[in-house]
Amino acid sequence: MPSFVTSRLFWIAVLTVIVALVLPTYVSGYVLGLLTVAYYTAVFAMSWDLLFGFAGEVNFGPTFLIGVGAYTAGILDAHYSPGLSIWLCIAAGALAAVVGGVVLALPALRVSGPYFGLTTLVAVLMLQNFIVVAAGLTGGEIGLAVPDVISIDAKTNYWIALGFMLVSGAILFGLSRSAIGLILQASGQDKIQAGALGFNVTKHKLAAFVVSAFFSGLAGALMVFYMGTASVSTFVDVGVGVQIIIAAVLGGRRTVIGAAIGAIFLIGMGELLRPLGELATLIVSVIALVVILFFPDGFLGIIRGGAKA
Amino acid sequence: MLFWQILIDGFAISALYALGATGFTLIFGVSGVLNLSHGAIMVGAAVAAWAAAGELGVGPYTGALIGVLAGLVLAFATYFIAVRPIQLSKAIAESEKEIFILTATLLWGIIIQEAIAYLFTNNAKTVLPIVEGVTTVFGVRTPRNEYFTAVICWVAIGLLWFLVNRTRRGKAVMAASMNPRGVTLLGIELSSIYLTVWAIYGLLAGVAGILLGMFLGVSSYSVGPLTASAFSIVVLGGLGSVSGSLIAAYVVGYLETGTAYLISPAYRTIPALLLLVVVMYLRPQGLFGRR
Repeated sequence: MPSFVTSRLFWIAVLTVIVALVLPTYVSGYVLGLLTVAYYTAVFAMSWDLLFGFAGEVNFGPTFLIGVGAYTAGILDAHYSPGLSIWLCIAAGALAAVVGGVVLALPALRVSGPYFGLTTLVAVLMLQNFIVVAAGLTGGEIGLAVPDVISIDAKTNYWIALGFMLVSGAILFGLSRSAIGLILQASGQDKIQAGALGFNVTKHKLAAFVVSAFFSGLAGALMVFYMGTASVSTFVDVGVGVQIIIAAVLGGRRTVIGAAIGAIFLIGMGELLRPLGELATLIVSVIALVVILFFPDGFLGIIRGGAKA
Repeated sequence: MLFWQILIDGFAISALYALGATGFTLIFGVSGVLNLSHGAIMVGAAVAAWAAAGELGVGPYTGALIGVLAGLVLAFATYFIAVRPIQLSKAIAESEKEIFILTATLLWGIIIQEAIAYLFTNNAKTVLPIVEGVTTVFGVRTPRNEYFTAVICWVAIGLLWFLVNRTRRGKAVMAASMNPRGVTLLGIELSSIYLTVWAIYGLLAGVAGILLGMFLGVSSYSVGPLTASAFSIVVLGGLGSVSGSLIAAYVVGYLETGTAYLISPAYRTIPALLLLVVVMYLRPQGLFGRR
């Protein structure tokens, strides 16, 4: 059965990728811009799923890693603009996020469950406070304007985002199906038993944090140079983190691919319902709640359930 | 002068924090549920009181009563919509119920928040205070409402103490927080205990929300920060420990007020967050946790 499920998943993935590839020929620049953001958000959600779904760490602060990556890249570019290539800034952002991931991992090795969840939440609030207080460096509540962008062409941005999502998705998915993913899953479910089987739980969890932080930070930094601006409300706010968590659980946790589907769905639905104004978020939340209550395995769970029946 | 100012303002805000966090910690202690729609329920109660007193013109007392009722209704709705189905679900593994309840209550909170924003706009609302005017104590001019807030908070906490320690029902709740299986063996239905706890919680959150609405005003933007502050106070004091939460509420309340007066309002929340991080590293179970 598992091979059948994976093959079905595989074909769905292939079909989606083909649709994504031919899309730029048919839709407007506005839709492409929307999808670009959706693809970056998909990477955020997949990185979160690696930590939660596999390592079992309830991380309420995905935006801590994203924000560190985004702001590091943005600040470097804003201060050393012509001299420093944006790709160096992006690399520095990803690196800074990895450091942030290690910092976040330290309490995770000591505390668990709701206690760790709160630590990550506090990390986000501290980062948010820091950005607002150090307004001279970070642009504060108004946001940080970045002089350079990757490209002003909607199609180029779309291809970069799509390529980035596919590559990181493939790496994260591969990692989750490898021996490392299995060990992570084991240590997430029963830390002591996994340790007793001879696996180094600490080392694997640390690795999960580093990988998750790397992709979150990289995606955050890329998104800064797509938008041309970094602000608390798009990269750091707890609400953004909540949306990422909802996307991952909605799509189907512990699947990596589901997280991407959930993220694209959330952003797409938000846009479709935009004419309804204030009601849009309300309706999306109701849909998400219904899916979580009745289909705890998310969208991918629904597809798999259909396959079994 | 400044000293008394901090002392009085800090006392009122801490009492409010304490009341808000008490219900939150009680639910965790008894049923292991972290209710992330907490802030939304408080704001919901405050907005109901505001709408009844201001828009319908029923007066501050009836308005406050309607607000408390709204808190109660929202608490039960949270329990039956976002918590109970997950606790009973067979499709979700026991080990994952925690994160599902967190996500579901979070979504439910967003739903309440958005419904409030849609029906009553995002504007900040100040509930008509029951006690008006200002009074001067130790040379500090303070709205009488601030003293009223502190008094009501402590009366409510005192009533809770009485309920838990002196009544049969309350003792059953206390016993359930210590050993749920033991209570079941004594022939008490756990589900009815849960209902009692959620009712207490709804009343406490409702009263806290309305007092907050009179004291500082609320808007749908206060939902997230309210939940976060209750969460951090409860963790600081030790999850499930009511007396720990009370002490932690005062620590956080005074730290925030002191920082706001002595350094800058912009840094208000930072020392409390730093303290929280330090406590998490040195004593993860919180200051008075039982674990």
